[in-house]
Amino acid sequence: MVTGKGGVGKTTVAAALGLVAARAGKRTIVAEVARRGDVASAFDREGAAPFSETEIAPGLFHISVDPQDALDEYLRDQLPSAAIAELLIRSRVFGMIAAATPGMRELLTVGKLWELAQLDRRTPGADSYDLVVVDAPATGHGVAILSAPRTFAAAAGSGPVARQGTIIDEMLSDPARTAVVAVAQAEELAVTETGQLREALEKTMGLPLERVIANALEPDRFTAADARRLEAHAAHPAVARALSVHARALRQRAQLARLRRLTGDVDPARLSLHPGAPDLERLADELAPQLA
Amino acid sequence: MSGLAEKLDGKRVVIVAGSGGVGKTTASAALALGMAAAGRRVAVVTIDPARRLADSLGLEELGNEPRRVDPELLAGHGVEMRGELWAMMLDPKATFDDLIVKLSPDAGTREDVLGNRIYAQLSSAIAGSQEFSAVAKLYDISREERFDVVVLDTPPSRNALDFLDAPDRLTDFFEGRALKLFLVPTGIAARVMGKGTSVVFALLKRLTGVDLLDDVAQLFRALGGLIDGFRERATAVKALLADAGTTFFIVTSPEREPVAEAIFFHGKLREARMRFGGLIVNRAAIADPALGTPAAVRDELRAELGGALAGKVAASVADLQLLAARDAASIEHLKAALGEPEPIVVPRLDGDVQDIDGLLALYRHLSA
Repeated sequence: MVTGKGGVGKTTVAAALGLVAARAGKRTIVAEVARRGDVASAFDREGAAPFSETEIAPGLFHISVDPQDALDEYLRDQLPSAAIAELLIRSRVFGMIAAATPGMRELLTVGKLWELAQLDRRTPGADSYDLVVVDAPATGHGVAILSAPRTFAAAAGSGPVARQGTIIDEMLSDPARTAVVAVAQAEELAVTETGQLREALEKTMGLPLERVIANALEPDRFTAADARRLEAHAAHPAVARALSVHARALRQRAQLARLRRLTGDVDPARLSLHPGAPDLERLADELAPQLA
Repeated sequence: MSGLAEKLDGKRVVIVAGSGGVGKTTASAALALGMAAAGRRVAVVTIDPARRLADSLGLEELGNEPRRVDPELLAGHGVEMRGELWAMMLDPKATFDDLIVKLSPDAGTREDVLGNRIYAQLSSAIAGSQEFSAVAKLYDISREERFDVVVLDTPPSRNALDFLDAPDRLTDFFEGRALKLFLVPTGIAARVMGKGTSVVFALLKRLTGVDLLDDVAQLFRALGGLIDGFRERATAVKALLADAGTTFFIVTSPEREPVAEAIFFHGKLREARMRFGGLIVNRAAIADPALGTPAAVRDELRAELGGALAGKVAASVADLQLLAARDAASIEHLKAALGEPEPIVVPRLDGDVQDIDGLLALYRHLSA
């Protein structure tokens, strides 16, 4: 589960993680949640059917999870005949109840993620994956998605929804099977939110934060001695510019230290700022050795 | 009158939408501050402001009601307040509970809903009610005479559709058969409603289990007492969103994903026949012609700084130019896609923009 504050580059990092895994020989799928195919477009696969499992690079698949599709699949799987399932799927009454029940979309989404991760897939004819990388919603909503099955199981009391909710929750709260990765930028708000995510995960799911990836870092281009020499020439516009970049790099360094403190004194993996379009191959090159 | 003032002239509701992390909250606050400084009585409703911005505006002690931002505080930063600035942080759960209390015809109905097990567990535990709550709060505040204009900082626009659809979905729901299904007794009435319905009901029971369905049925029955209130409310909210006095501003950064999101949201606005007021492109890198090319910079500085350091400075300039070129292309793309020839472009500001100085810097840029 890859989450993080909005705007930190979560989708790009999730795709790069998927690429790292696929290169290592794992059959991997990157699943986007409540999106419209951003990962596919990062791989320049716009126009590909986003709501089905599509191979976007060797060994790397993509799907955008749609709660409505997930519901239809679930009904076909659960009901004794296709005709009865179709009856419910087409029933406006049923659709409205599903749409109006708070949290239902989160539950359906996470149910599909669970299904993708099964060795014995419930989707007829589908192969299993070694790894499912979820491009999850931003921090707060990310935890809500993870805890949806638990909440529903508690609300349902007994019966099939309670039983299935519990099974899904067992997978999601098992650190051997589920890892939560936070993407952050080295700035105050994103760092604060990452710390809060760690606490919320522990409290809600009993899960540790597996790894933090600090994205879009300014290169450590100038040493302190460089900076001192540049100060003397600050009137030059290019030097002034370089000094302001250096000041930003220093602020980022301070925030990285804070990030480390707030996340259990583990060094975050680092990705540097790449001006221009995101290049997943390069990001994967940068990420792979840090995750080994 | 500046272009922005013209866009805001006569508006009573300003809704600020955009992806998470693009500076939407700060932009909302800056728009509100601008209108308040110009003499209007403004309430800004934010969802999740940065801690330090909230603190510096005195929002941290806040309940679920607007609170006036001390004019002295802003005067201390050189902003003269001719109007009033009020701000509040939305508490979704409290807002939704308030709505139930307001719309319940009697105490019994109110207690039935608020005390329902499903309501209690689901309304607070699961995100997604933010949109309903935001719309509900917006409506309440827009009806208060003490404010001339309300600025709403929306939840991230991944949920924008939920936001625009919120009143419609409520109306659909209450007018649909779903609710009636739970409101009529089984037996004869169910048969009158048609065989299809009772089959659906039986299947539901099989899928969800009896306990859950009973609780849901109880909740829906209790909500049944609120039907008229909800229906009127939904119609009124829909009218408010489509009103000529309501305008939507879209905020984005120049990055690929937020830009795609902005274009998507703009399309949805048009489909819903709601008014697009303007585009704010935040944190853009701007090319500075005074910098010269990286090669020229290196040559110019080599004598004074030495080749290695001059090369590093040149590399910084090259990065900036790449970023500026990328951002300029993004802005052109947005202009064309949104049919907005004059977006408000805010340069990437140095330093931390998540406090009151950042807010004021943005405000000055917007009102320039």
